[in-house]
Amino acid sequence: MKSRQQKTKRYGMVIDLDKCTGCGACMVACMAENNVPFKEDESDKLDSITWMRVYKLTNGKSFPKTDLCYLPRPCMHCEGDHGHPPCVSVCPAVATDYSRETGIVSQIYTRCFGCRYCMVACPYHARYFNWWDPVWPDGMEKYLSPNVSPRMRGVVEKCSFCFHRYQLAMDRAYYEGKRELEEDEYQTACTQACPAGAIIFGDLNNTGHDVNKLKKSPNAFRLLERLGTNPKVYYTSSREWVRRAGDNYLKKESK
Amino acid sequence: MDTALIPKGVKRCPLWQFILMLGPVVALMLWGVFAMLLVLLKGLNQTNMNDAYGFAIWIWADLTVIALGGGAFFTGFLRYIIGKDELKNIINYAVIIGFVCYSSALLILGFDIGQPLRGWFIFWHANVHSMLTEVAFCLTLYFGVLCIEYLPLILENRQVDKVPFFHNFSHNMHEIMAVFAATGAFLSFFHQGSLGGVPGVLFARPFAFREGIFIWPWTFFLFTWSAAACGPCFTILITKITEKIAGKQLVKQNVIELLAKISGWMLATYIIVKIIDTWYWAAVTAPSKGFGLSFFYSNNPLYGYWILFMEIVLCGIVPAAILITGKGRKNPAALWIAVILAVLGVCINRWVMVLQVLAIPVLTFESWAMYFPSWQEIATTLLPVAYGIILIALSYRYLPIFPNEAELNPMEPLSSQEQEPDSVEPIVDQKQELKPAEA
Repeated sequence: MKSRQQKTKRYGMVIDLDKCTGCGACMVACMAENNVPFKEDESDKLDSITWMRVYKLTNGKSFPKTDLCYLPRPCMHCEGDHGHPPCVSVCPAVATDYSRETGIVSQIYTRCFGCRYCMVACPYHARYFNWWDPVWPDGMEKYLSPNVSPRMRGVVEKCSFCFHRYQLAMDRAYYEGKRELEEDEYQTACTQACPAGAIIFGDLNNTGHDVNKLKKSPNAFRLLERLGTNPKVYYTSSREWVRRAGDNYLKKESK
Repeated sequence: MDTALIPKGVKRCPLWQFILMLGPVVALMLWGVFAMLLVLLKGLNQTNMNDAYGFAIWIWADLTVIALGGGAFFTGFLRYIIGKDELKNIINYAVIIGFVCYSSALLILGFDIGQPLRGWFIFWHANVHSMLTEVAFCLTLYFGVLCIEYLPLILENRQVDKVPFFHNFSHNMHEIMAVFAATGAFLSFFHQGSLGGVPGVLFARPFAFREGIFIWPWTFFLFTWSAAACGPCFTILITKITEKIAGKQLVKQNVIELLAKISGWMLATYIIVKIIDTWYWAAVTAPSKGFGLSFFYSNNPLYGYWILFMEIVLCGIVPAAILITGKGRKNPAALWIAVILAVLGVCINRWVMVLQVLAIPVLTFESWAMYFPSWQEIATTLLPVAYGIILIALSYRYLPIFPNEAELNPMEPLSSQEQEPDSVEPIVDQKQELKPAEA
């Protein structure tokens, strides 16, 4: 059977940090779209699940030189070295995998037995453990997305780049007899929810997609590039201190 | 009351005293069992682990008990493969301590996973690239070897040994024990190594990551080496503690000294390699990722250079220096200090490679994460300790573990009333011996 997809895709994001206002719409959209459970008290971010998390960065200077930046952090869907992200090879039960078709790092909830080794391996804290069984407020079960399975206690979950949307788009394309997806046919929930248009999503390999051009910007950078994780989420900022906050540098390393 | 079960030619405390002494330990174990049930039934929310601390005190305990249990494989390796015959006088105890350590590790792994009922996935859906898979396979197989090594000891119990089948079975198992010892040593070299690989392969965690050879990071070899060095120290330490509690010498001094000497040289060579590894990591590996050494030891309430000093100098160089010198080994106080420090050193090393790794922020806009275990975690970590004490106490009381014990502690001839019932029994014929229930 001939493959429906002609080219290998590397889905990724470019997030313009100069546009991000820190409103959190991406976080809310992500939780609603992916049936992410929440607790009554979500103030402890060390045990609450936020596939997309907005960090607040400061330049550490006092007024009037003080500056802020909000940094949305989904799963980086790292490619690592030839498709070996830090989290995938450590999983003892193949419950997480790197797709060479899409570049998306998947998580198989029914395969995961909760050893949490992948969480230890991820430097971005993008992986979350279900410390509790999900409990929804009365009636809210009716509003859960039927396309995403809720997770049980004791397994790890993370951002999937709304993979169910990719599957739906692919199904639609198949029925329409198409081989390729248009850029707007597969978009993540956070991308669509961002009121500032700060998040751009698409195939990094596809020269027709915006992300392909934006990632080449001189202001583009990735988080912790020096570790060799090779993430597929890029950030752009015109501010030097923001770009520098993306990685660790020795004191002697000049700016 | 239980005199008939106690090995011949040795003296044990009265049963009531034995039960009384074990009472608090049993209470501790029950507390641990209660906490374990809470964890199993209610989930890992009973712990203080969180998304920053995916691994915590249990994984540290796992790595530590396996390193300390390394005395079993290394003593077996020395006894059966290298041919250090004197070690036959301590090998039984090393095996029991190893059995306790490895069964504890498996127990901890059983409740440390979020979905315990899916624990078998690690074997069924095994990812051959994961160090944890290698750990699970080798650990389970080696535990099987330890069971095989422990079995003949149980069969040597005075009453069990009366059954000809068990007697012969046990004898034959002893004959082929070298095969199992070799298998055990082979498996141990791998799983001790793969435990070292668990942190070593984390290339996105600069504090843990080490370069290496082929698929094995340097920690793979360092963990095996340190387990071979400190495991026998733990065997000596537990033997010494047992001697203190029993109030008598159980193993000849020359045996202890031989094991201490080998352990000392292993520790000395290990610590040299460890220093080289630390230097290379601090000077090359970590800086290449943007981290200076001081970053890992500052701006937090706990982890300072003191922990590096403790691990390498105080609990590495010092015990090694004591153990490689004849004077140090012969001096009882120095020997005690050396084995305690060596054991502490390997505990610190495993702590650092698990807990400190997770405490250190990697993203520039995150901060240090501190952790203190919940009471459920503490109780479940003490559970294997209590279980170990009980199993060791029972084994010591009812099994002929120390071949030299009777010789080192000759018993005064008993009066006719005090004589053990076994010694006045008429010799039974072979037919009767085949009926253990009647005997």
